[in-house]
Amino acid sequence: MTVQKADVVIVGGGLMGSAAAFFLRRRGQSVILLERDQIGQYASGVNFGNVRRQGRYLGQLELANRSWTLWKRLPELIDDDLEFIASGHMRVCYREDEIAELEAYAAAPEAAQLDLKIYRGAELHQRFPFLGPDVKGGSYAPHDGHANPRLAAPAFARAARRLGAQIEEQTEVAEVQKVGGEFNITTTDGRQFNAAQLLITAGAWGQKLSQQFGEPVPLDTHGPQMAVTEPVPYALPTVIGVYTKISEEVIYFRQIPRGNIVIGGGYRSKPDMLNRRAYVEPRSILNQMEQMRRLLPGIGNLNIIRVWSGIEGYLPDSLPIMGPSGTVDGLFYAFGFCGHGFQLGPGVGDVMAELISTGSTSTSIEPFSIRRFAHLAEQRSKAS
Amino acid sequence: MATARIVIVGAGPAGIRCAETLVAAGFKPMLIDENRRDGGQIYRRQPQGFTRNYATLYGTEARKAQDLHESFDRLRGAIDYRPDTLVWNLTAGQLCCVSQGKHSTVDYDALILCTGATDRLMPIEGWQLAGTYSLGGAQIALKSQAVSIGHSVVFMGSGPLLYLVASQYVKAGAKVAAVLDTSPFSKRIGALPKLLARPGLLFTGMKLLAQLYRAKIPVHLGIKPLVVQGDAETGVSGVRVLTARGETLNVDCDAVALGYHLRPETQLADLAGCRMRFDEASGQWWLAVDEEGRTSVSGVYAAGDGSKIRGADAAEHAGRLAAMALLEDLHQPINAGLRDEQRQALAVMDQFRLGLAQAFPWPAEQAKALPDTAIVCRCEMISAGELRAVVSEKGACEVNRAKAFSRVGMGRCQGRYCSQAGAEVIAAAAGVSVQQVGRQRGQAPVKPLSILTEEVSP
Repeated sequence: MTVQKADVVIVGGGLMGSAAAFFLRRRGQSVILLERDQIGQYASGVNFGNVRRQGRYLGQLELANRSWTLWKRLPELIDDDLEFIASGHMRVCYREDEIAELEAYAAAPEAAQLDLKIYRGAELHQRFPFLGPDVKGGSYAPHDGHANPRLAAPAFARAARRLGAQIEEQTEVAEVQKVGGEFNITTTDGRQFNAAQLLITAGAWGQKLSQQFGEPVPLDTHGPQMAVTEPVPYALPTVIGVYTKISEEVIYFRQIPRGNIVIGGGYRSKPDMLNRRAYVEPRSILNQMEQMRRLLPGIGNLNIIRVWSGIEGYLPDSLPIMGPSGTVDGLFYAFGFCGHGFQLGPGVGDVMAELISTGSTSTSIEPFSIRRFAHLAEQRSKAS
Repeated sequence: MATARIVIVGAGPAGIRCAETLVAAGFKPMLIDENRRDGGQIYRRQPQGFTRNYATLYGTEARKAQDLHESFDRLRGAIDYRPDTLVWNLTAGQLCCVSQGKHSTVDYDALILCTGATDRLMPIEGWQLAGTYSLGGAQIALKSQAVSIGHSVVFMGSGPLLYLVASQYVKAGAKVAAVLDTSPFSKRIGALPKLLARPGLLFTGMKLLAQLYRAKIPVHLGIKPLVVQGDAETGVSGVRVLTARGETLNVDCDAVALGYHLRPETQLADLAGCRMRFDEASGQWWLAVDEEGRTSVSGVYAAGDGSKIRGADAAEHAGRLAAMALLEDLHQPINAGLRDEQRQALAVMDQFRLGLAQAFPWPAEQAKALPDTAIVCRCEMISAGELRAVVSEKGACEVNRAKAFSRVGMGRCQGRYCSQAGAEVIAAAAGVSVQQVGRQRGQAPVKPLSILTEEVSP
């Protein structure tokens, strides 16, 4: 059996893995990407499509800004525009005291590049006359926008392949071992791969591999709840999302130029990890309808024509796992983006490629280190 | 356990015979139906207040229609009947229903899906023009509302429904400009041994054809559809086809009814997680059921064209059989003689349906020959060329992937109209069999659901 070698093997062909493969090739690294199913099939392909920076953890905005400059370079970067539109993003709230929280966020130095503007009262309803009367205020991010998630990971994978990356779909990893300075990867169909550096971008399955290397993380899985309406004339270019602490009130929508309104938010479902399918809970759809009538009363008698879900990985602090392993040289992680990885995708790929190629990165990713869960491994070893 | 909550979805021939069998065994099933009245598609009952008689409405099928309606009327008080109610989604043990804008849930122990079929369609250049209908749509207009889809109608496609609907139009006094069948006469001769399994039905079919000839309707066999002519402003103005002799034939008309037999409505079964299987004879994905209608999911049964396309008579037998399968699984006594009768009848009908598939084949080769400019997905207006491009340029050789990249099947109809033809286009472009490219996964809602839908407290 021949062993296929590369500088870097990537496990997981979602947006993170595909973008990393692309940027690694641009830095001259040879890359083999292994995807168990199809490129971008799970979290990467089914999310809402928000290319949104505002509202993120402030310590993540540096990464989000780096990603934003890459989004702005589409389509020339990968020869595909991913239907990205920097249409503006409006984060609205139903309570006066929440406006103060939006203001504090807008005033943070980390958010300076976002050029946020707070709207309230008459000015709000004049600027966004379609919003319901319950909406009290909002934070407008003029440079944020949205794109088509179904296209993103496959487009980065194609671009990576054009640059010489080897992309293997329908290829499931059975075993990973580190022998000497190198990783030996065996797939379920018996093929063998070898690399000195290994990047785990396996999304909701990332912890299965991190655990093998003694770095368990408390990753949980959820299915996002998405719906789309029939098309109507394009009139709502701004992405709208509700800022609230009440989970039923969480709703966001965007209209695409061909007319359909994509809706997400509310309850999440529990994916069927055995069959790798996630369904939309009927109560989620009903809740979304109720919330949409409140947020956008003019939505009237539009029909929902399709709903969908997917499988996303979440960490308890709502931050991803990103960066080098805390225990194994040459091992890197980028998974568990807690439902907000889409905008970050190109930036994560770029940063991981930089990190793997040069040993360091100019963008701060320290808050996402897997070492923040190192106590779990210690507890486990004490218990055994 | 006469307390088992049994729900039948669909009040056509399968659903009604199923309910009847369960009522006879002492159960009170719930029968949920999307239509306002019973009868399903083939025996669709006219709205209250319409007074056409059975012969006018159903022609050769009048007696069966009347039988079924009378059976339903006798059952009416013994079942929990919920007309005008769409089951738009389901989870294990619970159906999500919507009726007149109100949402409610229904718990079930056993579910029998009698969801029927819709037209199987193959695109043709120009079929997005106003005035192009499916055969089933043309039939609904006539049966339900007593209107023709146009002043002068071309019936094009293949299969028994082509002749049935055309003759119903003739009978109703509508002008039929032509009947254009893609299947050549030789196919019918070849299929005769199998079709003779049901000589009566074969005779009915020949009678329909004779009626058309008698009415001097031009009937052409073995044609190749080329284009539906017209423009976006005024709609359909005619069709152009190649005759069996290779000559171009133009037929003026202002409406076209298209169809190539039927495809099963399997969304609910799909959402319930029931296994599907590829049916070689018809070249499409069917629900995997055992001889009596058990699906791969315990407690979920299916009967009628929604599980196996065998027509209305078979649906009545299959409805009874599915009810008996459920009774058996509930450890209730069943009438073994009656069961054997249904099985024997269905065996004959299975033979006949193979004959039909042979006599009126699905024109898979048309998908391959479709010009790049022809629209495949009418809801999203995606052309064959655009669909082929995602196969050749983006490597999307599986239908769900091709859907994600191209939007074919993403519109209002959720792939009902286009996904089978789309699969043929993908398979031809990828150079693999249509079975290999898979089938579009079902997603809720089963039909479009208004955002004004409100929950009612139980």
